Amino acid sequence: MFKKLKAGFESLKAGLARTHNAIMGSVESAFTGESREVVLERLEESLIMSDVGVKAATEIVDGLRTRMVGWDSSKFKEYLKESVYNILKEVERPLEIKERPFVIMVLGVNGVGKTTTIGKLAARYTAEGKTVLLAAGDTFRAAAIEQLEGWGQRAGCPVIRQAHGGDPGAVAFDAIKAATARGADVLILDTAGRLHTKVNLMEELKKVQRVVSREIPDAPHENLLVLDASTGQNALSQARLFNEAVGVTGIALTKLDGTAKGGIIVAIARELKIPIRFVGVGETVDDLKDFDANDFVEALI
Amino acid sequence: MLESLSDKFRKILRDVRGQGSLSEANIQEALKEVRLALLEADVNFAVVKDFVSSVKEKAMGKDVLESLTPGQQFTKVVHDELTSLLGGEDSSLELKGKPSVIMLVGLQGSGKTTTTAKLALHLKGKGRNPYIVPADLFRLAAVLQLKKLSQEIKVDCFDSDDYKDPEEICKEALRVASLKGYDILLVDTAGRLHIDDTLMHQLGSLKAILKPSEILFVADSMTGQDAVNTAKGFNESVGITGVILTKFDGDARGGAALSMRMATGKPIKFIGTGEKVDCIEVFHPSRLAGRILDMGDILTLVEKAQATFDEKETQELQKKLKKDTFTLDDFKSQLQQIKKLGSMDSILSMIPGFSAMKQAKDIKIDEKEISRIEAIINSMTTREKADPGVLNASRRMRIAKGSGTKVQDVNKLINQYQDMRKMIKKLKAAGPKGIKGLFQKFM
Repeated sequence: MFKKLKAGFESLKAGLARTHNAIMGSVESAFTGESREVVLERLEESLIMSDVGVKAATEIVDGLRTRMVGWDSSKFKEYLKESVYNILKEVERPLEIKERPFVIMVLGVNGVGKTTTIGKLAARYTAEGKTVLLAAGDTFRAAAIEQLEGWGQRAGCPVIRQAHGGDPGAVAFDAIKAATARGADVLILDTAGRLHTKVNLMEELKKVQRVVSREIPDAPHENLLVLDASTGQNALSQARLFNEAVGVTGIALTKLDGTAKGGIIVAIARELKIPIRFVGVGETVDDLKDFDANDFVEALI
Repeated sequence: MLESLSDKFRKILRDVRGQGSLSEANIQEALKEVRLALLEADVNFAVVKDFVSSVKEKAMGKDVLESLTPGQQFTKVVHDELTSLLGGEDSSLELKGKPSVIMLVGLQGSGKTTTTAKLALHLKGKGRNPYIVPADLFRLAAVLQLKKLSQEIKVDCFDSDDYKDPEEICKEALRVASLKGYDILLVDTAGRLHIDDTLMHQLGSLKAILKPSEILFVADSMTGQDAVNTAKGFNESVGITGVILTKFDGDARGGAALSMRMATGKPIKFIGTGEKVDCIEVFHPSRLAGRILDMGDILTLVEKAQATFDEKETQELQKKLKKDTFTLDDFKSQLQQIKKLGSMDSILSMIPGFSAMKQAKDIKIDEKEISRIEAIINSMTTREKADPGVLNASRRMRIAKGSGTKVQDVNKLINQYQDMRKMIKKLKAAGPKGIKGLFQKFM
């Protein structure tokens, strides 16, 4: 168990090593006799370059400015870590499967990795001994149903589907009925990727949610928003608008194995305080980890 | 509501007029705003730095023209500089060889597969005979997705199902293409990270087999600071010839485009503007410049309006407006003119500051509403259209039935029409202003 945890931490750390180098490079080089303001400016720069955003970066740096008494470079790193950690620890809340069936609705814009995340989640919960049911709610994109079925086969769990072009609400209805009848532990509902600014598509999502909660009042128990770590400031707008439409209860941050920093979650955490559940650090099923604020900060700074 | 950048410039530079020219001191604050706007639009930090200093150089010492305010003058400098950096080169597809090959490459989820189909449809529309080659064997159902899309657009698709590696697919597809006389091959490749050496190497061998005339880097317009690294990575390992920006129909400001352009020097060729297969457009630098700066694209809107609004009809309408003989028929033709402009979404995105407004106010743009209104008006008799005063309950019911709507819809329309007439009376001044007023009222 410990070994597995450690391996997880290592891969997260490896995935974020470049971020680490980018930030620490500038922090370390900063203490070579330059003025305090130059140092702070550099720090702000490196935060902005990891997609934290101008507003959040400025405020984090302003916070440091007021707290940095004297010139202790060894403590400086701790200050910075602490500032970011304080923001992230509030949203470090792993997803707990309490109800049965526990309904997870997976949301997000196109191409962020919703289906892959579902595949990984299905494998994870199946491995934990839970019975998992998947619902092919993306009836719009060509072959999206088949893609989910592929993941279902890999994880060994059934997929509830209708024809391409069908009504996602009807798929959700069937899936809920099936999950209840079969006594499934977890039902994961895929939805079509949609840009958060498309009013009609967001209305469709609300409808799916209504269908689900009509059958099981507390469901969906989790509205999991999938965000791509390479997305810039727009991720904030995505989080805001999906949250307004259906209420986002958790975030999965994918594709952290590239060079993208995923810093936007710091801004999202500050503004919306939505729990961050998972981080995706690779393409295999084991590469979906629980979000750990400490690991994240350690890997980042 | 957030202020548009041009409004900010206007305020900041209000006092410059008296001084006659833009100087370092008086544009300092405006430059800060430029920096902020670009960073918020996800332009890479390093690129922003260069850009701001180049704008500073260009703006300083510029005489403020009599016809422009200092704010406008500065806006123009910023906009022009951005446009020239984004464009410049010829960005049309260069299709050499027979068949000529286009490879689509990029990160996972950027939209390569959808874009492959869109591009095929675009080329088919230009009279070419394209052949789609799915070479993404990694992602589940990627081949099937492309097969389905090609059926939808009626373009032939290579059957990649029986193959185990993309190299074989490409060799075989080339052979089939020359046999069957396709003149363009569109090859969809698996999404990959630019730091994945094995997979980047594989792209290299595909390139060696295909000898493509275009290698297009498909990138998400919502990409953040990392756009520079990925674009550079792909360009250095396989040598891209251009960029296609996808998911441009959202509210992302698309600053990544500037980053990628600066990092690779390669032109942006197309933008993806929707989920449907015909949603692809040739890239316009000036339009993106406006969007990055959140200045809207009022110029394009004006041009488009001038091109589409039937002048004669407009004059006729103005006469009617003046005489106050504006009937429901006129109301309908007004709507049809607006419809000719394009989708409501695309029109609205050209209006400055709208991207901010959209979030703030959640304006619903329902294009079906226009069709519904047309249907209602079409179900009226000539007399009813000319004099809606005669519309009693039973007439309204008949109209609702005839148009497949509800009486409430008919009532709503009549109310809208009456509101509009009231407004026209107030407006009196016709011309573009009047039209704009009507348009806003309709929204």
